[in-house]
Amino acid sequence: MTAATTTTAADRIDERTIVIRVRGDVTAASEQPLMAAYAQAGEKTRAIVLDFTGLDYMNSGGIGLLVTLLVRANRQKQKLLACGLNDHYRQIFELTRLDEAITIHDSEADALAALKA
Amino acid sequence: MTDLKDEQQATAAGTEGRRTDATFWAAPEAALTVRDVPTGATNLNVDGRRLVGPLQGFGQLWQKTYRIRLVGLTTAPGDVVREWKANYARFWPKGNRFYTPAITPGAVALINAESVGRVQVATGIRVIYADAESFAFMNAAGHPAAGMATFSADRQDDVICAQVQVLIRANDPFYDLMLPIYGQRAEDAIWTYTLRALAAHFGATATDVSIDRVVVDRHRNWSQAKNIWQNAAIRSGLYMVFAPLRWLRRTVRGSR
Repeated sequence: MTAATTTTAADRIDERTIVIRVRGDVTAASEQPLMAAYAQAGEKTRAIVLDFTGLDYMNSGGIGLLVTLLVRANRQKQKLLACGLNDHYRQIFELTRLDEAITIHDSEADALAALKA
Repeated sequence: MTDLKDEQQATAAGTEGRRTDATFWAAPEAALTVRDVPTGATNLNVDGRRLVGPLQGFGQLWQKTYRIRLVGLTTAPGDVVREWKANYARFWPKGNRFYTPAITPGAVALINAESVGRVQVATGIRVIYADAESFAFMNAAGHPAAGMATFSADRQDDVICAQVQVLIRANDPFYDLMLPIYGQRAEDAIWTYTLRALAAHFGATATDVSIDRVVVDRHRNWSQAKNIWQNAAIRSGLYMVFAPLRWLRRTVRGSR
């Protein structure tokens, strides 16, 4: 038996872009680590890439949390992108229509390339 | 890559082994399909409609949490959720009907709810998520609220708590206008009633229902003002008004 955890790591790519790597679970209990990682963005950041390669589990509370994060980012005029989602989580983004507001890319490299395009 | 690197970690509730959510989520569908219409239910404003999440609505985005402590209840949170799913419709206030065979991922439910002027608003939801300790709905386009509702139970300070959390916007300008006059009160009433009925079902000593309201986004989505064309309340009202004409047409056709 292991404890269910959410781990986030924020990597700054440049002055305007950060990547937040999400590992483990995304549930309502993930608010603190996710928002703490988002706080690293700062005012100058214009794009935040959420890397879900390490995502193991997500429930409806997790989707609610991503909606809240999206609203906060939009308020700061920041663009939110997602990468590393497997087919199952892509379907969840489609089901909840999050994919209409968060652009999805296969990989971090694709997401960063799209930002430069 | 520059030097910013920060790690945050939190331990989520529960000590399960490696979990999978694969069977808990509904599959996406382009449009809702009502497969069976129970006797007495009005199937209107659901079939062929899309689901609308918190991002597709019009009004301010609210997160509201309704919570009740079920003092004296010795059962597990999962048992509360199991009973809640099995008896969901029974816990709704009089005048509001919820029709679904079961709360399972993908299930579509018809809702016939009493509203202003005794209009029976016909709308619906889809169960998007259901596991042992929670379940969640998303609303059909035209529903008063665009968003999600999550129902769950947990243990806090050795007391079982049941919770309804909604993340919603008024779906269109009409509902947004009605929100301070009727909508907020109606929503508080339905979830307060539901939680008290759940507590009564278990014979628990229920405390008052606590309500926590947070405005997540004060801005209105003017691009979604067009949602008013699918407004279930207006369409249900018109459906009631034109009922005599439909009856007349059926009678004339029957006599030929």
